Amino acid sequence: MRTIRFIIEKEFKQIFRNKMMLPIIFVLPIVQLVTLSYTATFEIKNVSLGVIDMDQSNSSRELIHKFSASPFFDIMAQDFDLKKLEFQMKQGDLEQIIYINNGFEEQLASASSVHSKAGEGPQVQIITDAINGSAANLMSYYASAIMMDFNKNILLQTQPMLASGLGISTPYQFWFNAELDYKKYMVPGILVLLVTMIGTFLSGTNIVREKELGTIEQLNVTPIKRHQFIIGKLMPFWIISMFVLVLGMLLAHFVFKIHIVGSVGLVFAVASIYLLAILGLGLFISTITNTQQQAMFIAWFFMVIFIILSGLFTPEESMPDWAQLINVFNPITYFIRFMRQLMLKGSGLMDVWRDVLSIGIYAISILLLATMRYRKTS
Amino acid sequence: MGNHFAGHRRLFYGTNAQDMKTVVTVKNLVKKFGNFVANDNLNFEVYGGEIFGFLGANGAGKTTTIKILCGLSVPTSGEITVAGFDVYKQREEIKKNIGYMSQKFSLYDDLTIQENIRFYGGIYGLSNEAIKAKTSQYMETLDLYDYAKSRVLDLPLGIKQKLAFSVAVMHEPQIVFLDEPTSGVDPITRRQFWDMINAEAEKGTTVFVTTHYMDEAEYCHRISIMVDGRIDALDSPDELKQQFEVDSIEEVFIQLARTATRA
Repeated sequence: MRTIRFIIEKEFKQIFRNKMMLPIIFVLPIVQLVTLSYTATFEIKNVSLGVIDMDQSNSSRELIHKFSASPFFDIMAQDFDLKKLEFQMKQGDLEQIIYINNGFEEQLASASSVHSKAGEGPQVQIITDAINGSAANLMSYYASAIMMDFNKNILLQTQPMLASGLGISTPYQFWFNAELDYKKYMVPGILVLLVTMIGTFLSGTNIVREKELGTIEQLNVTPIKRHQFIIGKLMPFWIISMFVLVLGMLLAHFVFKIHIVGSVGLVFAVASIYLLAILGLGLFISTITNTQQQAMFIAWFFMVIFIILSGLFTPEESMPDWAQLINVFNPITYFIRFMRQLMLKGSGLMDVWRDVLSIGIYAISILLLATMRYRKTS
Repeated sequence: MGNHFAGHRRLFYGTNAQDMKTVVTVKNLVKKFGNFVANDNLNFEVYGGEIFGFLGANGAGKTTTIKILCGLSVPTSGEITVAGFDVYKQREEIKKNIGYMSQKFSLYDDLTIQENIRFYGGIYGLSNEAIKAKTSQYMETLDLYDYAKSRVLDLPLGIKQKLAFSVAVMHEPQIVFLDEPTSGVDPITRRQFWDMINAEAEKGTTVFVTTHYMDEAEYCHRISIMVDGRIDALDSPDELKQQFEVDSIEEVFIQLARTATRA
């Protein structure tokens, strides 16, 4: 115990003597949490819209007004030449173009009469820049929602009797994140990201640094036992990562107004196990590398794959089977899922025990592996 | 050359050989890295309280042997005991009884002198009182008061090396291994360093030292000279000079090192 205390004491002295360390621990997580939470969003606002109104009628103006009044659309260009707007779309200045035919109002009027046939109605062409497929889907979904609303109004005006009895009404209820606030979904995941990066990089480069400096050899001729060394090395980073997590939670609470619905105790209990897994991963990396540079690259390699596959940005259910298989070995997946459940849904241990168990097994295995790889002899 | 320590040498050889404790026993030590034979069937003993010089050209295999004796590396074959413990099975026991100062400087640059002493004292299991006592002892004997607040990084090399040696023997080991402790150090500091080595040996600590300075070899009680992974000579400096009919260990060394086939 006393030996471990001496190692921890030495580590803390070295950590805080490193001038970059305080900003890394205090500033970086805050900046990351704030910027990522506000920017990592799938919501589409302010779509740059180009409008071609060949009809120049009351109806067409009314339709265009509906677009300009929507918070989702900004009309950036109005013209009669489609070629010109297409060029602007190529340049990336426009994301969507609506094209209203000459005769739109006339067709509208005749279509509204009882005797109209299907397919003869007025048409509005919508062209969407679909480089980003999911964004394109959303944009055209927004556009068609506005069109539907416009249609419904026309119907109400011309055939109120018909319109009022139409359709199935579908009252939607959104649970656990009633305002569909994207930040609520992202913040728990980004919190996980922060502690994971801090934990892996700090622990991954620490032991390797002693290798680089040659001090590891001096430690290896002392009677330090493996477990003392590893506990002494990991404990400071465990404490620092835990501190970063608390800091992030406080930010989430006070800045983003995301209040943990579930048990705070459970969050920290599981986080403390998760951090062991992450620090174990860093330790493992430092046992297979010889320089800090190598360790950073290997750590990044794992981080990028783990983060993309973790379901932080995209739902893991829609990933190919082989990717989901890799995710079995991805500790971030389990913890992000756990954190979202706990923070947003207020799930209890009974709902998340699978993830908790996985994190536990992960922590034990990676620590055993790292401890076995760490040798005092060459 | 070497007269400075002549008296001490006589004292050592005045001791009855039968009473001398064997601290290191090496029988048929072989260490291979793949096809490369770094240590080729070494045989020697190191006795309690002696200063044993371990000489050899660069790449002769000295550091390999030291690492094996310190439990940092496992030999391919041979029977080796250090401080009475087996290097295959009792490496952790060995580590409690040895000190080691490596070629690379191995104190923590970003810690102060006192923090380094405290850390190493702590992991060797010294009590807080003992750590305090050792700290003030070193501050005084090495005259470190000017550097009390500075990090080890800012110390002159000579002081760093003296401090590293002090830290290596802080836990009062039976034997201390010094791997080229004086390389790059000025002549005056080297002399002071050897004063420290002698003082430690007089307290009964066995000193196992490698060096490239032949004048330092003359200060040793016995020296071995390694060539191509073998020990080609092992005796007291005076005996070796007689044997090779030369005036200095340097000439002995050059005669032997010339036969080397690997650079």
